[in-house]
Amino acid sequence: MVHQYINNGYHIVLDVNSGSVHVVDEMVYELIAFLKEEKQNDSKIDEETITKAVSHFQGTYAESDVREALEELNGLIEAGQLFTEDVYEPYVKEFKKRETVVKALCLHIAHDCNLACKYCFAEEGEYHGRRALMSFEVGKKALDFLIANSGSRRNLEVDFFGGEPLMNFEVVKQLVAYGREQEKIHNKNFRFTLTTNGVLLNDDILEFLNKEMANVVLSIDGREEVNNKMRPFRNGKGSYELIVPKFQKVAESRKQTNYYVRGTFTRNNLDFSEDVLHLADLGFEQISVEPVVAAETEDYALREEDIPVICEQYDKLAKEMVKRSKEGKCFNFFHFMIDLQGGPCVAKRISGCGSGTEYLAVTPWGDFYPCHQFVGEEKFLLGNVDTGIVNTDIVETFKGCNVYAKDKCKNCFSKFYCSGGCAANSYNFHGSINDVYEVGCELQRKRVECAIMIKAALAEEEA
Amino acid sequence: MKHIKTLTTRDLKQSMKKGGCGECQTSCQSACKTSCTVGNQSCESQK
Repeated sequence: MVHQYINNGYHIVLDVNSGSVHVVDEMVYELIAFLKEEKQNDSKIDEETITKAVSHFQGTYAESDVREALEELNGLIEAGQLFTEDVYEPYVKEFKKRETVVKALCLHIAHDCNLACKYCFAEEGEYHGRRALMSFEVGKKALDFLIANSGSRRNLEVDFFGGEPLMNFEVVKQLVAYGREQEKIHNKNFRFTLTTNGVLLNDDILEFLNKEMANVVLSIDGREEVNNKMRPFRNGKGSYELIVPKFQKVAESRKQTNYYVRGTFTRNNLDFSEDVLHLADLGFEQISVEPVVAAETEDYALREEDIPVICEQYDKLAKEMVKRSKEGKCFNFFHFMIDLQGGPCVAKRISGCGSGTEYLAVTPWGDFYPCHQFVGEEKFLLGNVDTGIVNTDIVETFKGCNVYAKDKCKNCFSKFYCSGGCAANSYNFHGSINDVYEVGCELQRKRVECAIMIKAALAEEEA
Repeated sequence: MKHIKTLTTRDLKQSMKKGGCGECQTSCQSACKTSCTVGNQSCESQK
């Protein structure tokens, strides 16, 4: 499969199955579009097709130029970088049969929150349930379960999530201490992360986070009025003023790495590129601002008709990032990050996010769910820290989830970048984890295009 | 090449040979929690 697009003046050709990216001139761009209609397989361009191409472009491009370009294209075909075939479906079937291990837990350390964010999928921290804090005992059993079920996997990830994790900070500290003790005994390496709204952050907590957390996610939506509209305290007052200086301190103290300021954009701020740039102007260099996922009945939910506006915003942001990068004022935007050289192997790219198999969420009272977004959906209850996983049917369903299990992914150029999308979004919109959330897909495709354009622009700069 | 500039990328087909060790980060443990993004992640065994 070959995908081609023009973005910010760059003519980009993506050979989906090999992962190759080519920046081409206008003539080659048109030639590839022509060849996509003519070619059926990954063999070289034959003389008959060359003759057809020459005649097709007669009057537009000189024959010698067309022949020269086709020769270059044949070089790419020979190198397995163009018109390659998809050979991964049998591979994923075998790969998915392997015995999986649990490698990551999302610990819902506090089902309670000191903010009342309007779009919260945790419903102000309560997840369709009761307010509760995780005890050390439950957390300890969860870590023991992770170690016992992680096989030979060395790096184990534990995310302290909520609600607001700092509302149960003492238990976070105790669990980290316990994890550090256990990792030595079992030859494991815990990578702890924490997501916070910042309200309770202070110097002591910061010192602890900087010592123990591989990553911290700091929730803020962007401009003051945007943030305060959706992220107020329970009394209605906005949170921006309180959290911004604290987050700036976190970013600086972590030397601008291993953190994200993380916002959500909604229908209320479709001009969200302004929020991203606002965060950059506040001095943050690791930024993530992501589309809200909400039921269509919510007034702030993104609608299909918003897609063109959102795509324009991504384009605008991508261009601005190229500009700032050239001026030495670069920042990372999480959804435009793409690792072309050191990115994941194809097994990872096709096998889904690992929810329900490698990744589990744990409620404050010790129940296991396939991921944080399924918490509270009783039919997805997998077991608990005492019984282990008992609902193995659900685990098997999640184990079968991959790019090739989803019809809508088969012809999508982005499938090896999103791994088939989010199972929870698919379930929430279609009642099945093997479907896709179409609005999310449209935006994902746009982001991949922008991310690759940025790489092309920066490569040109380096050349 | 005169008409084409190819960016350096990891060959996905080649990655079948040594891939699948599973040491890489779980998709949702980074920042997102609401989407699934793997293209931005790094391979642990290539570090």
